[in-house]
Amino acid sequence: MTESTDVMSQLHPESLDAAVAAAVQAFAGASDLAALAAVKPAHLGDRAPLLLARRELGSLPGPERAEAGKRVNAARQRAQEAFDARREVLVAERDERVLVEETIDVTLPWDRTPRGARHPVTQISERIADVFVGMGWEVAEGPEVESSWLNFDALNFGKDHPARTMQDTFYLGDSETSGTVLRTHTSPVQARALLERDLPVYVVCPGRTFRTDALDTTHTPVFHQVEGLAVDKGITMAHLKGTLDAFARAMFGAASRTRLRTSFFPFTEPSAEVDVWFPEKKGGAGWVEWGGCGMVNPNVLRACGVDPDVYSGFAFGMGLERTLMFRNGIPDMRDMVEGDVRFSRAFGI
Amino acid sequence: MRVSQSWLAELLGDVPPADETAEAFVRVGLEIEDVHRAPELTGPLVVGRVLEFEVLTGLKKPIRWCQVEVGEAQPRGIICGASNFAAGDLVVVALPGAVLPGGFAISARKTYGHVSDGMIASARELGIGADHAGILVLPPDTAEPGEDARPLLGLSPDAPDAVIELNVTPDRGYCFSVRGLARELACSLDADYADPAMRVTVPPAIGDAWPVELADSGCPRFVARRVNGVDPTAPSPWWMQRRLLAAGMRPISLIVDVTNYVMIELGQPLHAYDASCLSGPIVVRRAEAGEKLRTLDDVERTLDPDDLLITDDSGPIGLAGVMGGASTEISGANEHGRIDVLIEAAHFDPAVIARVARRHKLPSEASRRFERTVDPQLPPVAAERAAQLLVEHGRAAVARGRTDVGAAPQPAPVEMPLELPDRVAGVAYPPGATVRRLAQVGCAVELVTGDDGRGHVVATPPSWRPDLGQPADLVEEVLRLEGLDVIPSVLPSAPGGRGLTPAQQRRRAVSRALAEAGYVEVLPFPFVDPTVWDAFGLAADDPRRRTVHVLNPLDAERAELAGTLLPGLLDTLVRNRSRGATDLALYHIGQVVLPHAKPLPMPDPAVDGRPSDAELAQIEAALPAQPVHVSAVLAGDREARGWWGPGRSASWADAVQAGLLVGQAAGVELRVTAATHPPFHPGRCAALRVGDWIVGHAGELHPKVVEVLGLPERTCAMELDLDLIPLDDRRPAPRVSPYPPIAVDVALVADASVPAAELAEALSAGGGELLEEVRLFDVYTGEQVGAGRRSLAFTLRFRAPDRTLTSEEANAARDSAVAVAAERYAASQR
Repeated sequence: MTESTDVMSQLHPESLDAAVAAAVQAFAGASDLAALAAVKPAHLGDRAPLLLARRELGSLPGPERAEAGKRVNAARQRAQEAFDARREVLVAERDERVLVEETIDVTLPWDRTPRGARHPVTQISERIADVFVGMGWEVAEGPEVESSWLNFDALNFGKDHPARTMQDTFYLGDSETSGTVLRTHTSPVQARALLERDLPVYVVCPGRTFRTDALDTTHTPVFHQVEGLAVDKGITMAHLKGTLDAFARAMFGAASRTRLRTSFFPFTEPSAEVDVWFPEKKGGAGWVEWGGCGMVNPNVLRACGVDPDVYSGFAFGMGLERTLMFRNGIPDMRDMVEGDVRFSRAFGI
Repeated sequence: MRVSQSWLAELLGDVPPADETAEAFVRVGLEIEDVHRAPELTGPLVVGRVLEFEVLTGLKKPIRWCQVEVGEAQPRGIICGASNFAAGDLVVVALPGAVLPGGFAISARKTYGHVSDGMIASARELGIGADHAGILVLPPDTAEPGEDARPLLGLSPDAPDAVIELNVTPDRGYCFSVRGLARELACSLDADYADPAMRVTVPPAIGDAWPVELADSGCPRFVARRVNGVDPTAPSPWWMQRRLLAAGMRPISLIVDVTNYVMIELGQPLHAYDASCLSGPIVVRRAEAGEKLRTLDDVERTLDPDDLLITDDSGPIGLAGVMGGASTEISGANEHGRIDVLIEAAHFDPAVIARVARRHKLPSEASRRFERTVDPQLPPVAAERAAQLLVEHGRAAVARGRTDVGAAPQPAPVEMPLELPDRVAGVAYPPGATVRRLAQVGCAVELVTGDDGRGHVVATPPSWRPDLGQPADLVEEVLRLEGLDVIPSVLPSAPGGRGLTPAQQRRRAVSRALAEAGYVEVLPFPFVDPTVWDAFGLAADDPRRRTVHVLNPLDAERAELAGTLLPGLLDTLVRNRSRGATDLALYHIGQVVLPHAKPLPMPDPAVDGRPSDAELAQIEAALPAQPVHVSAVLAGDREARGWWGPGRSASWADAVQAGLLVGQAAGVELRVTAATHPPFHPGRCAALRVGDWIVGHAGELHPKVVEVLGLPERTCAMELDLDLIPLDDRRPAPRVSPYPPIAVDVALVADASVPAAELAEALSAGGGELLEEVRLFDVYTGEQVGAGRRSLAFTLRFRAPDRTLTSEEANAARDSAVAVAAERYAASQR
């Protein structure tokens, strides 16, 4: 009976009014949003009198229940309205005052952890690889310490051909005849690609290369090249030109293109120098020497076991440092090799 | 190779202005080094005759006070610092008011106590050559005093003579001559061309000029012609001197100038012997071990059995095709006041000459040409041309005999399908282009029906084009002469590729991960100073001391290629410190070189076909292993100090973290164990492992290493071998449970020597399948746990895959985890 009395008392209009009044007072007394949130459960929470009252409605007979239900709902709504009204006031106050007080200087630096960077040579090398992968080519790599046979002989550099001295070679071991060198170009990777892969071959070979040039503003003994090789049936010099033009557009913009000038390299015949039309050239758009290219010499195909009567191919190669120098306006080769963090950081990740 | 426009014009009839000539050369594949325009030279420049001079004394160098007749009533007094002239010589005088190249204005000025009324000029001062050893002396009777000197010097404003400097590629030996260059220019301009070799009449001769025996195949042909009674006082004619000056050579004497002139004109190097110094027949042979020769540059050379020699009864008298010997040099007049000259015009095997020149580090004008092959039909022509010039200008007589032993190698005809050039270029050339172009370069061309029933062209290359040996060479001639600019741009369609390989993708991921973690990529050279191994504290038998030696390093001290990237990275760290950077984190990814304990012989297969698989395998086996390493170094603060508070120094933990980061980027969780591994601090070095396999090390460097190498204090480093990390791009997916976890903390007290990682592993092993994660969150040492012991606090997170776990289950799992730790390491729960 005591429980029933309680229920009755909570459903009683006076009880409800008292609960509403208590809630209104409590909400009005909350001085900020946190305080308001803290007092909310006591008046609108699951165990608040107004909610408990509702739970007990079920024990009333039908007609009484409907009326009591209306009373409870109305009471609860009044409490909720008091809450909402107070909340609105406090939110407005917070927006006006508290957030202003919480203002901090967001221009304070947050350079707590250092900025990392990848070297521009790595970045351009990956960019070039992506351009060719996009055309369906693959990326081939090879060792930097290379056999003379792959660096020279397989590429049609005769043993005493003056071209061998064109590329000043670092010889390894005890004598020049030890048979190993630091590769003077990435071309041995082309020979490796022909020896190891099934035809047709479309590969691009980025990598580090070595020549005995002293370090100065335009030379470095350790540098990077990228070479391309396509060997297939029916490959023509027009295909070489088309590939170079596409490559130039990818690197230097849609207005770029290439120009060929006859030259000599032992591993290609005919051979040509590649000039690229560079719209952003310092001092105005113009041609810039970019690299070498040509149709793969049949002797190279033969040395790699490819029948030159059935297959033909083209190859091209460029220096990455040189490309960066004119493309990105790098004035001094030494910046690229000395490893000053200020230099690499400028190129980001 | 330098050639003047006027010389080219002599063979072509006419040549376009210098820029157009240069462009015409470029079109057919010659590279222009420079175009030297006729210098700007204004004011009075006249021919003068030195009447007399007085040598001023008491000065540091001899200075001459000259009286020079310049076509005026009175001679002018001119001071001159050169001594290469005599009274009566004709010279070039710049009078006051003249302006020489470079804006050098001449005025009358007082010097050495006299008023010098002009200047006697050198070839360099006039801008017509590089010679500045003395003033320019004109041959007698070249002109009269007072005449304008400009036309003589090729400096007339209406007919300026430019010099074109070209870079000749090694396949085009014939372009090392005016004869060859003029032919190329004629091809480019479609102009007529008079072959200067054809202008020389080689008369029949009676008998030999000198007995010659060819005892080695390195000299297939040897021609000798004798010219008697050359007047040693006869000067070279001015036109010859001027052309030599323009070619960058210094006129010396008639005999020397004639041999040089003919070499530049025709391309055949000649040698002139003083016939009176020769004894017995000339024999061309290889050197014998220990033989010596004093060459013209006055260097005594010890000869190699591979050296090809010109010899007589006295022994070696010349290094064939490279440089003559001192003993038979043209020295002076005989008792009749004359010189008898024997001219050698020989043909040598290019490879032999290349080796000799390289072996003796003696690249000469002659060897440069011989090693690129000289036209084997030239020797009799060039010898005759030289003899004629000596007769004409040296008041001499040609002896009746001519020696011509051996035979010129005959070029083999090359056959190719007529349309091969079209097929290679991807161009339909106009009919007849192939035949026309091949004939233009000097081939004898014939059309035949090939075995395939189609039209073939058979081209027999001219004697000066030994480089035309296969169809591709003929194709190049057609393409370059038709112009590469007519080749269209067609993108080939490659078959679909497989994209980057997993190893390539991993390398990118690792690089990017390190950069994003604040490391800066650098690319140090691979050359290592071997004393670094002592600085690293490596034991005498440490295999890392085994390196690959660079025979010809740029820096003699850094002559090794090593199996570690650390030395280069540490050098770069020091360089950055010296430039004021204090907080540094650098990385490098690159190949290292791990030589075999015992070097294997490197095979040298033939190039006429694919090497055998065994040969290729041998090449791979003989090369050192070259795995890709990744290495990082750190010094200074890893986190900067700032308004948020103090900074945090980089430590061993950052280095280990960098290693783990590489593992993560590679998709592998690396295990960390303690290690002792120089150059690391023995107590602060971690081995990074895949399973039990060590793939690298990380930690703080040994303080001694830091001191010896001048590194920042507490420098830390990491290096691991990427190739040792297995590539796994098909890892199984985990089961991600949606049920809530229960976290339980345990503090374990164990001996301080028990590594945290091993204790964690024991907990993992004992925690069963419900254990999701073990995380160390506190380390405590102190009185409460006792000396030599420490407390490690872990959070164990449990979760079931199929239900909400109860705390009873979690506690049971924790107990079994702790039990394993207790069993393995006598750890007790605190």
